[in-house]
Amino acid sequence: MNAFEGTGALVRLALRRDRIMLPVWLVVFVGMAASSASATVGLYPTVAERVAAADTFNRAQSLVALYGRVYDPTSLGALSMIKLGGTGAVFVAVLAILIVMRHTRAEEETGRQELVGATVVGRRAPLTAALLVAAGTYALLAVLTALALIAVGLPSDGSFAFGLAWAGVGIAFAAIAAITAQLTSNARGAIGLAVAVLGVVYVLRAIGDTAEPGGPRWVTWLSPIGWGQQFRPYAGNRWWVLLITLGFAAVATWVAYALVARRDLGAGLLPDRPGPATAAGGLRSPLALAWRQHRATLLSWAAGFALMSLVLGNLASSIGGFFSSPQARDIFTRLGGAKVLTDAYLAAMLGIVGVVASAYGVQAAMRLRAEETAQHAEPLLATAISRTRWALSHTTVAMLGTTMLMLVAGLGAGLAFGAREGDMGRAWRVVEGALAQVPAAWVLTGIVVAAFGLAPRFVAAGWAALVAFVLLGELGPLFRLDHWIMDVSPFAHVPRLPGAPLVLTPLITLIVVAVLLTAAGLAGFRRRDIPVP
Amino acid sequence: MTEAIRTDALVKTFGRTRALDGLDLSVRQGEVHGFLGPNGAGKTTTIRILLGLLHADSGTARLLDGDPWSEATTLHRRLAYVPGEVTLWPNLTGGEVIDLLGRLRGGVDQRRRADLLERFALDPKLKGRAYSKGNRQKVALIAALASDVELLLLDEPTAGLDPLMEEEFRQVIREEQRRDGRTVLLSSHILAEVEALCDRVTIIREGRAVETGSLADLRHLTRTSIHAELAAPPNGLADLPGVHDLDVEGTRVRCEVDTERLDGLLRRLTAIGVRSLVSQPPTLEELFLRHYGDQLPKRQRTEAMSG
Repeated sequence: MNAFEGTGALVRLALRRDRIMLPVWLVVFVGMAASSASATVGLYPTVAERVAAADTFNRAQSLVALYGRVYDPTSLGALSMIKLGGTGAVFVAVLAILIVMRHTRAEEETGRQELVGATVVGRRAPLTAALLVAAGTYALLAVLTALALIAVGLPSDGSFAFGLAWAGVGIAFAAIAAITAQLTSNARGAIGLAVAVLGVVYVLRAIGDTAEPGGPRWVTWLSPIGWGQQFRPYAGNRWWVLLITLGFAAVATWVAYALVARRDLGAGLLPDRPGPATAAGGLRSPLALAWRQHRATLLSWAAGFALMSLVLGNLASSIGGFFSSPQARDIFTRLGGAKVLTDAYLAAMLGIVGVVASAYGVQAAMRLRAEETAQHAEPLLATAISRTRWALSHTTVAMLGTTMLMLVAGLGAGLAFGAREGDMGRAWRVVEGALAQVPAAWVLTGIVVAAFGLAPRFVAAGWAALVAFVLLGELGPLFRLDHWIMDVSPFAHVPRLPGAPLVLTPLITLIVVAVLLTAAGLAGFRRRDIPVP
Repeated sequence: MTEAIRTDALVKTFGRTRALDGLDLSVRQGEVHGFLGPNGAGKTTTIRILLGLLHADSGTARLLDGDPWSEATTLHRRLAYVPGEVTLWPNLTGGEVIDLLGRLRGGVDQRRRADLLERFALDPKLKGRAYSKGNRQKVALIAALASDVELLLLDEPTAGLDPLMEEEFRQVIREEQRRDGRTVLLSSHILAEVEALCDRVTIIREGRAVETGSLADLRHLTRTSIHAELAAPPNGLADLPGVHDLDVEGTRVRCEVDTERLDGLLRRLTAIGVRSLVSQPPTLEELFLRHYGDQLPKRQRTEAMSG
């Protein structure tokens, strides 16, 4: 039998399963690109204004580290799309990872792959089908994004270059996910590995982009996110970069096929080892069980946070020394000097890290629903454990987990920064700034718990809320939205520490909102049927 | 005798599906009660209501003299449950799951746990994802049976077990029966298992109880089949009340007789002289088919139409 036999049928199955999810994502991405571009177009009508804005951007090491460089200061397109080429590309990569995992490792884990694999389906067909679906999605995304950007008024060749840059990032991460899907026997772990790779390559790009001329700028070229930006849409349109991306995807896919050939269905590369015959004494509560289930994931997130925050904290101290010309230094001093700018950078960085920690909280709390649908909750709730106690177990891990992640991020960034500056007092203020992000992250966990109790089919509302809040924060100022609309986002209420004064009222309000959402969810959960299909 | 479980006119709907349509169920304390019905008849829904996982739309349910919904947590200390479909946490070993569930219920009897592990030949060191369906089932069974409770709710507990293990399961349940006060609700569609274990049976169909009683009661309503070799060719058997499908070949007689008319037939046969006699009591299968038999032609019809 041909190893690819049945691929066509599996592609159709995948498209049937994703017929809602994929169009929604495409609309979100295309809408994000078009709205961001149209807002910037009106903001900088003259070339002089653009050059000024782009120069300011390129000078701020912090912004370059977070988003990348504006390669043509005169180009409207290059300036408009800078954030979407950086953080936007991260979302594009995450979607690629989710698409591939959903149709490969997740299918094996649930046992459905066994059902399908017993029919006339080749060994390579499931992976190939998932990659084809991802590639098709990104080809479509490239075309639709380009058309939308052209419609908004950006040049057509640059718009296609941008579309392809996004598609390249997506295809590269689909291939990375194809490899990680072979390594672990559960989808959650495989997604975690792929996201860890994403974090590493994002940091590599930041290191390369912020390097001095003559420094390790080549590091950018180790990163698929970096390739996306080296397309330089609207600033040279270097089409040949696509060859690098496709070459990488081809090699990674080949590696994935080689791994598929080596392992059994359902197994990872590492064999399952037997465990203890009796439970440890501590395993006697729902919370202990939840900790067992979350601990590996949480610890790997914490490792990622530690690495990311060390790099970003390290960059903070280089901000003051970047300006060579006396004029630039003069402007810099008038803007508030090194301390103010460094603080602003640290606050912005901690804000982004806070969003990522919220994402951890959302996925950890969504475990409640996963446990219910996998029928793991039923035997527990048939014991003397109340529904509230069980639901609180995963909620507690989600909330304490986000707290722990922010503490790690604060300590990592603070120590790296403090050590470079030789001033550990400032390190403490970074920790404080990191912990100030925690209440907003708890609100997101609260939204998931509320949905779980009141409308369990819609727990994914947690992700929707997270994306909506991020977009409100990023695009709200561009659209000059009313303050009360932007204030819907919990992130709008976080004091921008260090730098700004520490005000407790908004933090306490956020905690109260998180507690109320959680309480509403628990009340709903006490009243509803289990399981809700 | 008091009742361990009682439901009256229980109704539960899921959207347009009426899963339970006025179910009456009564399980006496200390008995093994068979809960029979084909797939989708409402057995699991009933058990989930008894566990307080689902809220009934109307009707009442009582469990161990308590309200299964509002007193769920306290009642659960006194019962153990084996779900119809056992899924285990992939990264916990079978032994850990047994201990965890037992502790959450209030305690594990270590001697009994070790005994059951041996009897069911389960390796407690494997991770959840490594167990086969039958072994997952054993984990749930041992977790339930190792705890000292008054009531066992077993939802198709032998699904996936091999015949040896099925026999072991029956043995364990019979032992449970001898320990006083333990009540078992055994949902199943395996008739031999129910026949072997249960004192009383409730047959459920489309969300209603269509028959309830002891096996002896129920048997009374059906026919016994008789094979006899007589001393001389009989006559007049066909005139006897309650005799059906009579087939006489010389001195050999085969027939079915309404169980309540068995006495009359035997008297007539012994009057002629009996050389050999095989009397077969009605199986539960026949009982079952009587209530579900009419579904067969319907299904065949729809198959014919769709084919």
